[in-house]
Amino acid sequence: MEAFTVLEGVAAPLLRQNIDTDVVIRINRLRDLQKDELGPYAFEAWRYLPDGSESSDFVLNQPPYREAKILLAGNNFACGSSREGAVWALWGFGLRCVIAPSFGPIFFNNCFQNGMLPIILPAAEIRAIVDEIEASPSQSRMTVDLRNREIVTPHGRRVSFSVDGLRRDALLAGQDEIERTLQREGEINAYQARDRRQRPWIYAAG
Amino acid sequence: MPSETLFDKIWNQHVIADLGDGYALLHISRHLMHDGGGRGLQAIRQRGLRVRNPELTFATFDHVITTEPGRTINTPSPYNARLQVMRQEAKRWGIRLYDIGEPGQGIVHVMGPEMGATLPGTLLVCGDSHTCTHGGIGAIAFGIGASEVMHVLATQSLIQRRPRRMRVTFDGVHHPSVTPKDMILYLIGEIGAPAGVGYAVEYAGSAIRALEVEGRLTICNLSIELGAKIGMVAPDDTTIEFLANRPLAPKGALWDQAVHHWRTLPTDEGASFDQEVRIDVGKIAPQITWGTSPEHVVAVDQPIPDPASAPDANKRAAMEAALTYMGLQPGAPIAGTEVDWVFIGSCTNSRLSDLRDAAAVAKGRKVADRVRAWVVPGSENVKRQAEAEGLDAIFKSAGFEWREPGCSMCLAVNGDTVPPGQRSVSTSNRNFVGRQGPRARTHLASPAMAVAAAIAGRIADVRTL
Ligand code: SF4
Repeated sequence: MEAFTVLEGVAAPLLRQNIDTDVVIRINRLRDLQKDELGPYAFEAWRYLPDGSESSDFVLNQPPYREAKILLAGNNFACGSSREGAVWALWGFGLRCVIAPSFGPIFFNNCFQNGMLPIILPAAEIRAIVDEIEASPSQSRMTVDLRNREIVTPHGRRVSFSVDGLRRDALLAGQDEIERTLQREGEINAYQARDRRQRPWIYAAG
Repeated sequence: MPSETLFDKIWNQHVIADLGDGYALLHISRHLMHDGGGRGLQAIRQRGLRVRNPELTFATFDHVITTEPGRTINTPSPYNARLQVMRQEAKRWGIRLYDIGEPGQGIVHVMGPEMGATLPGTLLVCGDSHTCTHGGIGAIAFGIGASEVMHVLATQSLIQRRPRRMRVTFDGVHHPSVTPKDMILYLIGEIGAPAGVGYAVEYAGSAIRALEVEGRLTICNLSIELGAKIGMVAPDDTTIEFLANRPLAPKGALWDQAVHHWRTLPTDEGASFDQEVRIDVGKIAPQITWGTSPEHVVAVDQPIPDPASAPDANKRAAMEAALTYMGLQPGAPIAGTEVDWVFIGSCTNSRLSDLRDAAAVAKGRKVADRVRAWVVPGSENVKRQAEAEGLDAIFKSAGFEWREPGCSMCLAVNGDTVPPGQRSVSTSNRNFVGRQGPRARTHLASPAMAVAAAIAGRIADVRTL
């Protein structure tokens, strides 16, 4: 997993609420393509017209947002399906950080498994950042510093954010969760031995 | 002992290690897999890992399989190679797999409870967001992503943060045509699709206690559409009766011991929740969605909402985009909207009780000429029971197609697709843009309402059909 420390790049606004992971990446693409082939199909239904050409109305097709590394999103972003391909598709598009007032809970966990940083900020704060960007889209670059838990907005305002320590440490180190848990094998064995005694019916299926 | 919630009792029971900050390493007592699992199992091997507890994992085929009537293992499908990988991997690791044509095969969230793989007091996961369905049995059950599936396979555990607790109490008496699907859609409409984000939701109250297990599964199924990864109903006599003698449920002395444990699980008197919601089910009419989020829902006798009434700009923009996508006018009645497709199926509404409800409305009537209507039973067992009761004959003589069990047109990943621009009434759980196929327009409703739409050829009120 790629480590996440400091990110500098274009931020794109996509504030519509309840954007679901079906729209982020269509299931058929996940069925037919590999993990690293999904970028061109992120937001496919909005990004392309029925004839396959790009829709100029869609924000991520417009300069400078085509180059976005940061997405400013609405409430309940990436709700719905558990498909981890939603993270892979956004990653393939070039995004490394999504900032929203709230996230679909499975997507939120999936981000941390892939080096993507999801940041929760109040809707009003996100609106204020979008206002800065929309005032001068050519100055839409900002910085996300995970080490100091701080965003520097396009106008230079410093906005702090919180992220759980365990998640932050793993992202900073680019650390895989499986390797870490395997080191707890002894504790898992002890749990199972105890649980088997207390609740043998759990282990007796069929 | 302080008062505890159902959720906390089960969570605490599964903590292997407290990781601080509200995080815990949790033991997984049940892991379910579907036909998307082959790649993960291959990856375990490629990384030199092993499946730690294959005896706690159960698998079936549902998402990509064809639902063509008369299907067998040999029916050609572009995705057979994928199924073959899953078969080989399951065999290699010793994972129980319910294959095409076998009792047990079915939508993974129908299979679990029906086979007794899902039990109260367990912590159950699956690489699918509607795993919340299993909470209807009294388990903590939630969907996970592909990396977390790998983690479970390799370690039989997961790192999770404890969510906040919400209780939704449904009380009162509802109209006989109001179903569990209407109850949960109404709730989402009332409190909004993001309302459950960060919560584990317990559904309680007299109207929940009055439901059979299958109805509770339907309610819990849409928890993720409320933003909540976890939805649950406390186990009671109804649950215990439902589970007795299921193939994978404990037997004999182990059954007695399990029941004894399950009796201790319901939320204690005085336990507190971070949020409480109360719903009077007497106020609920049959529901139908009009937009592209499950919160875009109205009673069937109501007009399509006007975005001008939205409380904020983001919500208004979402409503406007939804109306354009759906090809609907604000202010017009939703009833009467012409329909091209009707789909009865999915992990929400494909169990025997759903098919009985649907057949009761379909009996002696005919599907309108303009409509293609499918019934896709949730599992091989549901299919066989329905056929034994003659439900298939009722559907077929009314003009419905009776198909083989699977996810089918809920997700359209197996090729069962609503054509572009066409309008479907579906008993599934997601009306998202493109969910049933590119540019397909989906209205979610109960099985009875779906049949009413098939018969009328337009969205219709089942109470006045
Ligand atoms: S029926 Fe639909 S929602 Fe349920 S598991 Fe299958 S695809 Fe997912």
